Amino acid sequence: MRDALGVGVAVGLSGFAFGVTSAGSGLTLMQTCALSLLVFTGASQFALVGALAAGGSPFTAAAGAFFLGVRNAFYGLRLSQLLALPRAVRPFAAQWVIDETAAVALAQPTRRSARIGFFVTGLTLYLLWNLTTLLGALGAEAIGDTDAWGLDAAGPAVFLALLAPMLRTGTERAVAGLAVLLGLGLLPVLPAGVPVLLAALAAPVVLWADGRRGRERAER
Amino acid sequence: MNVWIAIGVTVLGCYAVKLAGLLVPAGALERPAVKRLAALLPVALLAALTAQQTFADGQTLVLDARAAGLAAAAVTLMLRAPFLLVVGAAVVVTAGVRAMGAG
Repeated sequence: MRDALGVGVAVGLSGFAFGVTSAGSGLTLMQTCALSLLVFTGASQFALVGALAAGGSPFTAAAGAFFLGVRNAFYGLRLSQLLALPRAVRPFAAQWVIDETAAVALAQPTRRSARIGFFVTGLTLYLLWNLTTLLGALGAEAIGDTDAWGLDAAGPAVFLALLAPMLRTGTERAVAGLAVLLGLGLLPVLPAGVPVLLAALAAPVVLWADGRRGRERAER
Repeated sequence: MNVWIAIGVTVLGCYAVKLAGLLVPAGALERPAVKRLAALLPVALLAALTAQQTFADGQTLVLDARAAGLAAAAVTLMLRAPFLLVVGAAVVVTAGVRAMGAG
C-alpha cells in the first residue's frame, strides 16, 4: 500500500511536470492532453515534446519516442504469460502495459492477484496521469514564463531519476557515458532529433565490445 | 500540423509495441542478446536526452542554470531521496540560480 501510494505520487508529479513541459514547448492544451491519453508512456512523451521544442522533424522526434517505448513490448511478453488474458481483452489491456503496472503485476504471488494488481494500477495511474497532465498544462499557461520558475529543468531531472537505478554495472555506465558523448558531440552538426537516435547506437556498440572481451577471456 | 503528425506517429508506434508484447508467442523475443539490447536501449536514450536537455539551446551547447539544477537532482538521487524531491530540487535550484542573475 505504501508502495502504491509512492508510485501514485511520483506518477502524479511527473504528469504535472509533463503538462508544464509540453505547454512550455509550445504544444497546445489539446495536443498535450492527446499525448497523455493516447501515448500513455511518460519517457516517450517527454522525449517527443523535447525533440519538437528543439526543432526536430516530426518523424525523427517520433522515432526517439518510439525507441524509448520499445521496452514496453518486453513487459507485455512477460505479462501475457502471467495474466493469460483472453485475446479479445488484450487490445484494451495493451494501453496499460507500462513500467509501473508491469512492476506491480510481476511482484504478485498468484494469477488472480496479478490481474487485480495490473488493472487497479493501470486504471489509477491512467486517471492520475491524465488529470495531472491537464493541471500542469493549465498551470503553465497561468504561470506564463515557465523558465523563470526553473520548470525547464523538470524534464532532464525526470530522465535522470529514471536512468539512475538502471546504472547497476559497468556496462550500463559505459553505454550511458558513450551516449552522452554522442548526443552532445553530434548536436551542433546534425539536424535536431538525429543525435539522440545515433546516441542509441551506444547500446549495441558497448554490447559488442563486451561480447568481444568475454570471448577473448574465454580463449585465454 | 507537424506537431499532430508527430503525435499521430508516436501514438501508433507506442501502442503497437505495447500490443505486440501481449500478442507475440512467448519465446519469440526471449533470446538473451535481444533482451540485453532492449534493456540497454533506454539507458542510452535517457542518458543522451538528459545531457541534451541540460546543455543544449537549439543547436548550440551552453552551460546555464539548468546544469546547477541537474547537479542538485544528482545529489538528491545519491542520497536516495524520493522522486518528488529529486525533481523539486532541480526546479528550485534552477529557478534560484536564474533569480540571482546567472544563466
